[in-house]
Amino acid sequence: MATTALDQQRAHAAAGHAPPTGLWSWITTVDHKRIGILYGATAFSFFLLGGIEALLLRIQLGTPNNTFLDPETYNQLFTMHGTTMIFLAIMPLSAAFFNYIIPLQIGARDVAFPRLNAFSYWVFLLGGLFLNASWLFGAAPDTGWFGYANLTSKQYSPGLHVDFWMLGLQILGVASLAAAVNFFTTVLNMRAPGMTLMRMPIFTWMSFITQVLLLLAFPVITVALILLMFDRFFGTNFYVPSAGGDPMLWQHLFWIFGHPEVYILILPAFGIVSEVLPVFSRKPLFGYAAMVFSGIFIAFLGFGVWSHHMFATGMGPIADTYFALATMLIAIPTGVKIFNWLGTIWGGSIQYKTPIYFALGFIAMFIIGGLSGVMHASPPADLQQTDTYFVVAHFHYVMFGGSIFGLVAGAYYWWPKMFGRMLDEGLGKLHFWLMLIGFNLTFFPMHILGLNGMPRRVYTYPEGLGFEQLNMLETVGSFILATSFLVFLINIVKVWRGPRNAPADPWNAATLEWSIPSPPQEWNFERVPAVHGRDPLWEAKRERGGPLPEPERVSGKGIHLPNPSYWPLVSAIGITAMMAGLMLIHQLGPWGIIAGAAILFLGVFNWAFEPAG
Amino acid sequence: MDAHASHTPTQEHGHPTVGAYVRIGIVLFVLTALEVGLYEFTYGERAGAAGAAIEPFFVPLLLLLSAVKFALVAMFYMHLKQDHRLFSGVFIFPIIIATVLILGLVVLEAYHFAFARAG
Amino acid sequence: MTDTAHAVHLETSTGLDNRKLAIWTFIGSECLFFATLISNYLVHKETWLTGPGPFPHEAWTSPGGQVFEPIIEIPLVTLGTALLLFSSLFVVLALANAQRGNRKGLLLWLGATLLCGLFFVGMQVYEFTHFVHKGLTLKTNLFGGSFFVLTGFHGTHVTLGVIWLATLWISAFRGKIPPAKSLNLEIAALYWHFVDVVWIVIFPVVYLIK
Repeated sequence: MATTALDQQRAHAAAGHAPPTGLWSWITTVDHKRIGILYGATAFSFFLLGGIEALLLRIQLGTPNNTFLDPETYNQLFTMHGTTMIFLAIMPLSAAFFNYIIPLQIGARDVAFPRLNAFSYWVFLLGGLFLNASWLFGAAPDTGWFGYANLTSKQYSPGLHVDFWMLGLQILGVASLAAAVNFFTTVLNMRAPGMTLMRMPIFTWMSFITQVLLLLAFPVITVALILLMFDRFFGTNFYVPSAGGDPMLWQHLFWIFGHPEVYILILPAFGIVSEVLPVFSRKPLFGYAAMVFSGIFIAFLGFGVWSHHMFATGMGPIADTYFALATMLIAIPTGVKIFNWLGTIWGGSIQYKTPIYFALGFIAMFIIGGLSGVMHASPPADLQQTDTYFVVAHFHYVMFGGSIFGLVAGAYYWWPKMFGRMLDEGLGKLHFWLMLIGFNLTFFPMHILGLNGMPRRVYTYPEGLGFEQLNMLETVGSFILATSFLVFLINIVKVWRGPRNAPADPWNAATLEWSIPSPPQEWNFERVPAVHGRDPLWEAKRERGGPLPEPERVSGKGIHLPNPSYWPLVSAIGITAMMAGLMLIHQLGPWGIIAGAAILFLGVFNWAFEPAG
Repeated sequence: MDAHASHTPTQEHGHPTVGAYVRIGIVLFVLTALEVGLYEFTYGERAGAAGAAIEPFFVPLLLLLSAVKFALVAMFYMHLKQDHRLFSGVFIFPIIIATVLILGLVVLEAYHFAFARAG
Repeated sequence: MTDTAHAVHLETSTGLDNRKLAIWTFIGSECLFFATLISNYLVHKETWLTGPGPFPHEAWTSPGGQVFEPIIEIPLVTLGTALLLFSSLFVVLALANAQRGNRKGLLLWLGATLLCGLFFVGMQVYEFTHFVHKGLTLKTNLFGGSFFVLTGFHGTHVTLGVIWLATLWISAFRGKIPPAKSLNLEIAALYWHFVDVVWIVIFPVVYLIK
């Protein structure tokens, strides 16, 4: 039965279940869908900010001996670009999908701990604002996103720059850990009846593995930052060589976190691509079990390779050899995934829609990134490549060519479900081509520049070294890349003004989220579905011999929903205030921290004792 | 299956009695006394030749004693022995990673310091 | 959705309570936190003997001739260790009483747990003050830095545990922990045992191994 959007809204209101609107409803929301949208909007904003930072860098590097940016500003910009893109863009964009999609894919009404979920979002937002507040003080972090000791010591970085970075990351770490506990529990405990682990959608699987990585990796960087904090604020010498400390310790601790972190960045995108390719090839995912186990293997092995970021630090031949071999080993399960994706498309009936464009782009770009990565795995080769633009090329191919292409594919794929509107196909494909061309123009030449000796993290370069033309090409490419996102924004705005009339299942997809209205009603499923296999919707359509009827919007009477709450936000403010208090310890003494702790305790106690509903 | 919001001892199989808990507590105390005793025997003020003889085994023995205490608290006080295996998995897997981390860091840094001193 | 006081018992895919699974997950993550702190302590052990003193087990003479005696006092710490171990026993007994609906027993044993916890924290505070008087602060040397950060963070975890258990004691006093809500105590107890288990590792590594 075809209904207009207005009919639906009227029926909804008549049943007494109008979705709450207004700012307060967003501030107190505990609905995973709203929290997902909050994450997505906030993360995308930070992505644009990080992109502007990158464009400024590219303007500076476009010509030799340029004076557009002075060295100090340059250092702040590249540090913030990296930190923003990793912690404030890619991770929370993934979180947006974890939030919106995982409960829908497993047939749940919400996550295990809705208020903890809201808490994670608010902490993320406040952490991102804290980090960027540094710009207002002229003290943006300037020691790289990896903050190597002992450049970060009080002696060599006396200002507030490193303090903002250090404490900002601690705040963000709390958000990630809380969310990881939440999603880990949700995936294990809240699956629909009949959905065994090996029947879960592959995006949920990859996201689940990502939560495990978050739980195990973040504590390590938390300690690394604590030790730095004690060095900077309380006079310890953990990373100070002249007092017996060891800057190498920082590198080890950072990369023990840092390497699992890159898998945290890529696994969700792997999951998205593994969802998109089957739907748009009209074929089930090739080798589901292999995809699951290769994901587990990559994550597990990812804890054993960290020192491949340290081949130039003189660890000795035994350490170098071990880490080289372990790193090369990780290429194997990754290769398995790539072949399985190809096997999925092979012989399929390809639907040339925007999501699969980005998914195919992902595969191509990620392969290039993976190849340069394997080249880094060899210590002698890496001694040539490290600290050059070759590395910059590698990680942009995997993080942009990989994660961002994958996340954008997810955006186009799930946009109708989340917002009830189809994004424009023409603009989507234009976005894709501009992004692909712009991306490759920007980052491919970096391989060449790097091997020809252009170092990283330099604010300018002299003439006559042969770097000029390629740098200019890259700068032009970066603006084409930026334009592609302008096209994306135009698409969003254009479609926003249109009718909210996307069907429940516009792509003829396989998983549970497509069985409910677009967008879903607050409680997701009127009746918790029973699952009998992978790809439950395809199975249902097969049995029926045709498409499923459009699901009706129901009144939702008798369906119990958790109460909204503002205590998660209060608790998040408490944590941020504590960190701010720590930063101002010389001006305020312990009172800033104490005030923050008081707010935190107030928030947590009220949260614990209020009725959850 | 109901979520187990409340356990009563009769619902679970093999739930330890109060007496068992107290006995385990005493064992933990004794093990601690053994740890300290071992320290005194090896390094204490009245340690003799026997102490010096045992010195190479001191660390492994000590870690073994702590491992037993750890296991007792985890298995019985934290109920891992009676509970669903998933809890044990969620605890043990990070412990494995943690052990690898400690060993890896200590080895790498020891090598690094030795290297640095050798010049 | 979460299992709450008056809500219908939610069926979960594993049959296990969400909050219990969550606290174990958190504990798993905390293993890495403490492992990293312990690694930091062990790593710096290689270098701190170059001075300045004092040190845990060794006497050291400064170039100026000042003698620093070993600073660790085993009897006090052993007492603290024993107290923490007994507190784990007491909280288990408290939980057993909660599950049987014996409010008096619950209050008694939970109170005993709290006392032991408070004594442990008191012992740590005393020990820290004592060390400072003997010339060891965070800044003095890498032993000081590593020791205070490791045991300090452990002590903070104990303190937060004491606050958590104290809140539950007050709830129990008001009759708000009937057998149906004993899971609330079980979850806090799991956290408490974990804090004890971490100390089981710290005690030999810091205090007994030279």
